[in-house]
Amino acid sequence: MQLAVEQVSWSVASAQIVRAVSLQCAPGSFVGLIGPNGSGKSSLLRCIYRVLQPDAGQIALDGAAVWGLSARQAAQRIGVVLQEHSGEFEFSVREMVLMGRSPHKALFDRDSAADRQIVDAALAQVGMSDFAARSFLTLSGGEKQRVLVARALAQQTRFLVLDEPTNHLDIHYQLEVLDLVRGLGVTAIAALHDLNLAALYCDQLYVLKGGAVVASGPPEQVLTPALIHAVYGVRAEVATHQATGRLYVVFLPLRMTVEVQHAQRI
Amino acid sequence: MSQAATTPARVAARPLAASRLSFGALLLTLAATLLLSVTLAVMIGPVPLAPALVWRVALHQLVPSLVTPDWEAFQANIIWEIRFPRVLLGGLVGAGLAVVGATMQALVRNPLADPYLLGVSSGASLGAVAVILLGITWFGVFSLSVAAFLGALLAFVAVYVLARQGGRLTTGRLVLAGVAVAYVLSALTNFLIYNAEDSNQVRSVLFWMLGGLGGARWDYLGLPALALVLGTCLLTVQSRSLNSLSVGEETAATLGVDTSGFRKQIFALTSLLTGTLVAVSGGIGFVGLMLPHIVRLLVGADHRRLLPVAALLGAIFLIWVDVLARVVVAPQELPIGIITALLGAPFFIWLMRRTSGALGGS
Repeated sequence: MQLAVEQVSWSVASAQIVRAVSLQCAPGSFVGLIGPNGSGKSSLLRCIYRVLQPDAGQIALDGAAVWGLSARQAAQRIGVVLQEHSGEFEFSVREMVLMGRSPHKALFDRDSAADRQIVDAALAQVGMSDFAARSFLTLSGGEKQRVLVARALAQQTRFLVLDEPTNHLDIHYQLEVLDLVRGLGVTAIAALHDLNLAALYCDQLYVLKGGAVVASGPPEQVLTPALIHAVYGVRAEVATHQATGRLYVVFLPLRMTVEVQHAQRI
Repeated sequence: MSQAATTPARVAARPLAASRLSFGALLLTLAATLLLSVTLAVMIGPVPLAPALVWRVALHQLVPSLVTPDWEAFQANIIWEIRFPRVLLGGLVGAGLAVVGATMQALVRNPLADPYLLGVSSGASLGAVAVILLGITWFGVFSLSVAAFLGALLAFVAVYVLARQGGRLTTGRLVLAGVAVAYVLSALTNFLIYNAEDSNQVRSVLFWMLGGLGGARWDYLGLPALALVLGTCLLTVQSRSLNSLSVGEETAATLGVDTSGFRKQIFALTSLLTGTLVAVSGGIGFVGLMLPHIVRLLVGADHRRLLPVAALLGAIFLIWVDVLARVVVAPQELPIGIITALLGAPFFIWLMRRTSGALGGS
């Protein structure tokens, strides 16, 4: 699937949170949204998965306006892994993942054998098969996150939206979740905090600051020391790793940043 | 991931199949228990009656040719005109309140929701009292129920709007909004009663407000029964949406639920149920709070199981509470609301302590 966001803006009260953002996700590509806290990453994603209606602009999936779809049609096309407090009711892990099948079910449909297989496969893909009968509320943050990824997998959409999918995960599962999403061959857009993960997994990066896109392109073009300093206010060194062939970023401690600034001023 | 992936899928699938089988058995058991409870509840009273007599009278009433009457007329009267309507009304009210409670809890994502606690019953009472005291008959014989429905709807929407801030509902705000709305509505109700001139009307209002099943008649049962069947069916077929809504509003939206339309539907259905129930039984508290929670412990949070089981268990529960209300200080009767409050308030406190992490916070 192909996502096209054209000049999308969204504001709350008097504050404009998303400012005329345009971006493209080519079919099968993994696009990363990076930027400091409060830069509008989550709000932009919410506009895309139809929780916040943009004040202006167009969002289209394969040419169809996302906001022209019904909630059900949208859920058949867009799978979302979001960070949300997941209620206080004791659903089992299996029941949580089974919810991913609901956009494909009519009112009187029962869960079919196929649904159950899809749920089992999704649980196996995130390594949570042994937890199927456990209560979701008793899981650790990382385990919950993997179950929510499994639910999006069970939804079987060709497009995935992930809001900080690696939060709460230890490094092994961070890599695993991103490997998994890359391996699915679906189009995906993810808000990411970790610039090294963004460099390692994303085909394209969009950098948001103050709700607007300030840079975009492949990681090697975007992640320059100058841009990192402009957006995050920190000094960093960037190099290409021999084994991965990808960029990696090393941040300098803030006190060194001050020293460097001082030295430059002299 | 690699080691878990070797777990055969069949192993994971087994508990689901097993629990579905036991779910059918559970429904059958509950249905049988309900039937037994109705029989026993009709038998128990100042005039003791044999179980066979109970059902022979009932059968004779339904299909007169099947059973030849060999009983005294007063026995038939007690069974068919007094006890049956009362026991069945208890069942309807219990089932309805449990379903309403479970649904409200899913909507506000909070196990502390209950039509009584959130002021919805107060809204229904205000509507009903206004109809009785002001002599409004715009909707004929249904005026009382329609007014109770409108009052319930108004109260529920008010509480929801007050408790919701920035798309989030916290327990603290929810309970406070419920209390505030309930106080305002009760004050209005009291104002109406205080200003009423006809003392007979006031007496009938006060009697009705105490709540209870004492005045049950066959013609009271139709509307609540219709609302119960309609509401429970409509909600149960939308269990998937209720499930995802109870997890989170944003989650529900991303899983294909038209959240604002579904929310309106829930407001309408729960208010319809609450209104028609309150119109015939007054405000009976805490049933909608306790039953869904107990049922979740039994069958889990999936509304496909939760709603039918809550309805059956709610019916059984209230039938027995009413039996208790009839016998505990016999020949006097205890208002049924006293017993549900005595059971429910400690339950509420226990539940609140258990979920206190959410109180006032996110």
